[in-house]
Amino acid sequence: MLEIRGITKKFGDILAVDDVSLRIEPGQMVGIIGRSGAGKSTLLRLINRLIDPSAGKISFCGCEITHLRGRELRLWRASCAMIFQQFNLVERMDVLTNVLIGRVAHQGFLSSMVLHFSELDRARAVRALERVDLLPQALQRAGTLSGGQQQRVAIAKALVQNPKILLADEPIASLDPANAARVMETLKAINREDGITVLVNLHTLDTARSYCERIVAMREGKVHFDGAAEELTQARVREIYGTDGLEAEVDERVTSTAIPLSRPRQPARTEAA
Amino acid sequence: MSSTDISPASHQFEADYAAHRRRARRVQAVSVLAFAVAFLATARMGGFFDVSEVTLPSGERVTAWRLWAGLPRLGEYLYKTLPVLRWDSLGTDLADWFWRWQTWLRLLLETILIAYMATALGVVGAFILSFPASRNLAPSRLVLNLTRRYLEIVRTVPELVWALIFVFCFGVGPLAGVLAIGLHTTGALGKLYSEANENIDMRPVEGVKASGGDWFRQIRYGVVPQVIPNVISYTLLRFEINVRASSIIGFVGAGGLGQEIRVAMSLQEYTDLSALFLIIFATVIVMDFLSEKLRHRIIGISGKGL
Repeated sequence: MLEIRGITKKFGDILAVDDVSLRIEPGQMVGIIGRSGAGKSTLLRLINRLIDPSAGKISFCGCEITHLRGRELRLWRASCAMIFQQFNLVERMDVLTNVLIGRVAHQGFLSSMVLHFSELDRARAVRALERVDLLPQALQRAGTLSGGQQQRVAIAKALVQNPKILLADEPIASLDPANAARVMETLKAINREDGITVLVNLHTLDTARSYCERIVAMREGKVHFDGAAEELTQARVREIYGTDGLEAEVDERVTSTAIPLSRPRQPARTEAA
Repeated sequence: MSSTDISPASHQFEADYAAHRRRARRVQAVSVLAFAVAFLATARMGGFFDVSEVTLPSGERVTAWRLWAGLPRLGEYLYKTLPVLRWDSLGTDLADWFWRWQTWLRLLLETILIAYMATALGVVGAFILSFPASRNLAPSRLVLNLTRRYLEIVRTVPELVWALIFVFCFGVGPLAGVLAIGLHTTGALGKLYSEANENIDMRPVEGVKASGGDWFRQIRYGVVPQVIPNVISYTLLRFEINVRASSIIGFVGAGGLGQEIRVAMSLQEYTDLSALFLIIFATVIVMDFLSEKLRHRIIGISGKGL
């Protein structure tokens, strides 16, 4: 279980994340929503320890991770795989090597300098690539793939890390609707089949509703809503996003990038505008 | 269209635009003026406006603009270096001109080897030090400043000065030349490499870090593949520069053709000078040509990712 207690992150005078506490049960798929700058990204980075918190604690299965250093810290990062909006692949390297980078935390120093990976690691990478349907592209340069394919390479890389948690930071924000659906389906499958906890930042509300059993909404660094998708009413949505003087309601169809037909229908979508 | 059609917002824009243009023009005028002043001042200091006394062939003494008066002497010098070549005795004349060709060829080989070895040594040092010397990659400010200062020191001191020091330490010969040029190469390439490092996309680096890679692995996987084409390109350019450097470094006894140039100059053997110049000229052209070919080949290949 991932437990976040009173985590706070300041950048200068700006409070990016303000006293956030969350308990996330193993195997949950949690969607984190909110406006740009609400602190969603910062929260995921804090969990992966790409950045250090100004205050508060994060623990995983009773093990405190806020003060890990050196090798322990790197192993923690490996066990909570991170997926980025811009994929963050090494575009000049082939797809297979990019996936194998998921094993760096377990690779010897000299092997890493000469790009040597064990047969076992290679087998893991091949299996992961097969799972995201990209094995035929394994020897292509990552930069030559489309955005959706690159994001699936990033997912394969996350899989070979053998993670306990998967953190996805706006994974579909720069993808077209078809690719976005495919990436979200893959994340959902990993969550369901492997029992890996998935925390995903999203800016499209309906995607969060379709794929996530639990939704956490952030506003100005604070958690503003935490509950099941169906509890997120139109009034709550207005509170979270604010309408900035706009008279109109927040219409999920306007921001939606999903393709209605290919989307699994959720029974409890009664209040959707 | 009458002025009443202009909305207040576009009216405001027109005013802002005019102000913006005025500011840009002022900056432009000031920079042109500053450049002109600096140029004239340096020309003055460099003696470009000096006049000197010249004796004309008629014996008359006149004052003339020094640059103009000295120009004929350039032709005179070049004329002295021309060998006597006659069509009916071309073979012997050429043999006369390149009379020391065996020594020169050996020294030419030495010159190229000095350049090669110095480049190889310099590249190793520069490549390793370029990462801690990059603002975006340095593990700490202290390491950044230490490596940067080191690279600055070794490239600020000219190769000839390093060569003098190393000839004093290790004696006359190519060893001193290799060390001198190698050290200077470390400084120069370290700077260029680190600038390439500073221009990379940091997202892959973050991707490696988020997977649990330490600093060395972030560099190996996230940075090196991005900078390899630049590194190869700068290295080959440096090799060309080093061939030139190693051909004069013999002036101070650090090996290579330079020692012959020095002897020829001090003994006023003008035709030897032109022969040596031709040898170096041909070598540099060939090296430039080869390294350019190689550079293009490797940049094509390295698309595979290294």
